Amino acid sequence: MHLHKYEKKWLIFGISSLVVFLIILGFGAFWQGTHPQSHGVTIDPENVEANEAFRPENLGITKIDDNKYIVNIVASAFNYDFGTDENGAPLKHIRIPKGATVLFQITTKDVVHGFNIAGTNVNMMVEPGYVSSIETVMDRTGEYTVVCNEYCGVGHHLMFATVEVYD
Amino acid sequence: MGLEKIKKVSNNEILPLTISKQESRLYMSFIYVAIISLLIGGLMGLLQTLVRSNTITLPWGIGYYQILTLHGVVLALVLTTYFIIGFQFALMGKTVGISLKQRKVAWLSFWVMIVGTVMAAITILMGKASVLYTFYAPLKAHPVFYIGLALVIVGSWIAGFVNWHQLFVWKKKHPGEKSPLLAFMVAINMAMWFIASLGVAVAVLVQFIPWSLGYAETINVLVSRTLFWYFGHPLVYFWLLPAYMAWYAIIPKIIGGKIFSDSLARLSFILFLFFSIPVGFHHQLTEPGIDPVWKFIQVVLTFMVIIPSLMTAFSMFATFEITGRRKGFGGLFGWLKHLPWKDVRFLAPFIGMLAFIPGGAGGIINASHQMNAVVHNTIWVTGHFHLTVATTVILTFFGISYWLIPHLTGRKLTPQLNRLGIIQTIVWTVGMTIMSGAMHIQGLLGGPRRSAFSEYGGTEQASNWIGYQVAQAIGGSILFIGIILMLYIFIKLAFFAPKGIEEFPIAEEEEDAEPTPMFLENWKLWIAITLALILFAYTIPFVDIIQNSPPGSPPFSWPIGN
Repeated sequence: MHLHKYEKKWLIFGISSLVVFLIILGFGAFWQGTHPQSHGVTIDPENVEANEAFRPENLGITKIDDNKYIVNIVASAFNYDFGTDENGAPLKHIRIPKGATVLFQITTKDVVHGFNIAGTNVNMMVEPGYVSSIETVMDRTGEYTVVCNEYCGVGHHLMFATVEVYD
Repeated sequence: MGLEKIKKVSNNEILPLTISKQESRLYMSFIYVAIISLLIGGLMGLLQTLVRSNTITLPWGIGYYQILTLHGVVLALVLTTYFIIGFQFALMGKTVGISLKQRKVAWLSFWVMIVGTVMAAITILMGKASVLYTFYAPLKAHPVFYIGLALVIVGSWIAGFVNWHQLFVWKKKHPGEKSPLLAFMVAINMAMWFIASLGVAVAVLVQFIPWSLGYAETINVLVSRTLFWYFGHPLVYFWLLPAYMAWYAIIPKIIGGKIFSDSLARLSFILFLFFSIPVGFHHQLTEPGIDPVWKFIQVVLTFMVIIPSLMTAFSMFATFEITGRRKGFGGLFGWLKHLPWKDVRFLAPFIGMLAFIPGGAGGIINASHQMNAVVHNTIWVTGHFHLTVATTVILTFFGISYWLIPHLTGRKLTPQLNRLGIIQTIVWTVGMTIMSGAMHIQGLLGGPRRSAFSEYGGTEQASNWIGYQVAQAIGGSILFIGIILMLYIFIKLAFFAPKGIEEFPIAEEEEDAEPTPMFLENWKLWIAITLALILFAYTIPFVDIIQNSPPGSPPFSWPIGN
């Protein structure tokens, strides 16, 4: 098939750019471990407490080591369950020291939800039957809004929490 | 008498064919539905932006997510599918012809789709199906909603079968000849559509309908989502390819030029067939339960689809430049001046082409594996597809309507309507720049899509989002003015414009064009490669998803207010 000589140059330039771009993405994903969240652990959505992480006493933020934290959350329409404070009131706000490594683990008891700490790369789909998890370093101080960003029903826009990263 | 008849037959063999009154009625029926959908869906879009900017609250207990569902279903599924099928039938009628029998079956496809559309619409209007157009399980809509959707798809398949049969009959009559370019493109688009929509059809028939009727207790959520996105991405190419048909084979005629290369146009469509389907994981990048290696493989396949778009961009601008230089406009950019900027049949699709530059670039960002986490399910994505489908595709469809409707109704596009069309195009461009621009920025700041107005507890981030939502309402209101203008132009062209003959512009090849290689018509090979790519991209991860399935999900209908 005949290709115009400018078209050849255009396609060679375009395709080479694509290849370079894909190599960068692949390098990030496979060598630096920046794959998107793809956790494979399954769970019974009607009995999430069978997984130790999602028992009521283990919800919310737990310090596990110097500068290392785990945050466990159970999502349901239209709520994120971060556990309760000492008075038994539901927690809607967690505090994380700046520079801490945090593992977020979340699952849902009912429909599909989203979990996005707005303004960060913590952005996961939360689907019944699966645990979604991502480890990240929170290195900018400020107050972040956690939003459900997958439609879950009439109260979807009222499903939120806040994360504060402090010095 | 006998001689007369023979003469008529031989006249009919000359391309392009003429479209009879009965055919026109068929093609126009599809377009009527599309234009009614534009009004309903556009009104819903306006209401959404007004709710999200806290300008109004919906009366009479109407839910935000109900109108959001209606907006998505009516515009993304109904308007597009009807316009595309009507336009494609017209292209086939003009290039290969339609027999009486084929026309009857085409009417069947129309009515099956209408029944399905009405069923789905009623459930949405009754508030029984506020599940959005993606209907993600385990949110449960009324079973009639799923049955309606299934009928729309089956109806579109019937249209595809007719299109293939039309081309088949033509090829039988013209052994050894290459098929008309537009007929070839229509056949490719419907092949892609059929192979892709099998996925969603299986999900709806095997999973959703039995589950929503109570025959199956649970549903496998990840399987249903994977089948949906196996269909969901090719769906956007099903919208885009008819626009490409107009760009490749109709725009050159409108600007007074020739097709740049018949074989390149065919090759790009074949590449779209290959790489539109095995790419659905790029919509599921942040989902659990799918191996990231397979996500990455599908990201690579996604990027292959950029190649035919690069070819298309080159062809378009080559046609513009060659045509301009031939008309004697020299200089580096002198040829740009000759373009018929005051002809809306050119201007509307041209702005569509320009919108595809940022639209395509945004798409590359969305599909970029780990980068997806920055924008996934933020309103950036909504901004992205309002550039691609709601600007590139729809402005091209408007550009087609300006000549197709009067051609079918035996009227003329008058200079006044042409001027009004240019105003419409500008209104649309301004409105969409504001709305889509605000959506892109708000998305980068983390603002979610698909959400009613919320202050999210009054955080600083959320209060920053609201300003952009006000901008979206301004853009949305301007766009609605554009819709009213389009509706007025449509009614004029369909019923009131002066009688006359409006040209059906089909471009020709250069007289000394290189012959198109016959291997481009090797349908069996193209379908085989397409299926092989799909099997490669999906078999292992799909088996993996099924083998590692969690317990299924029962239906949930209370979250949607039932």
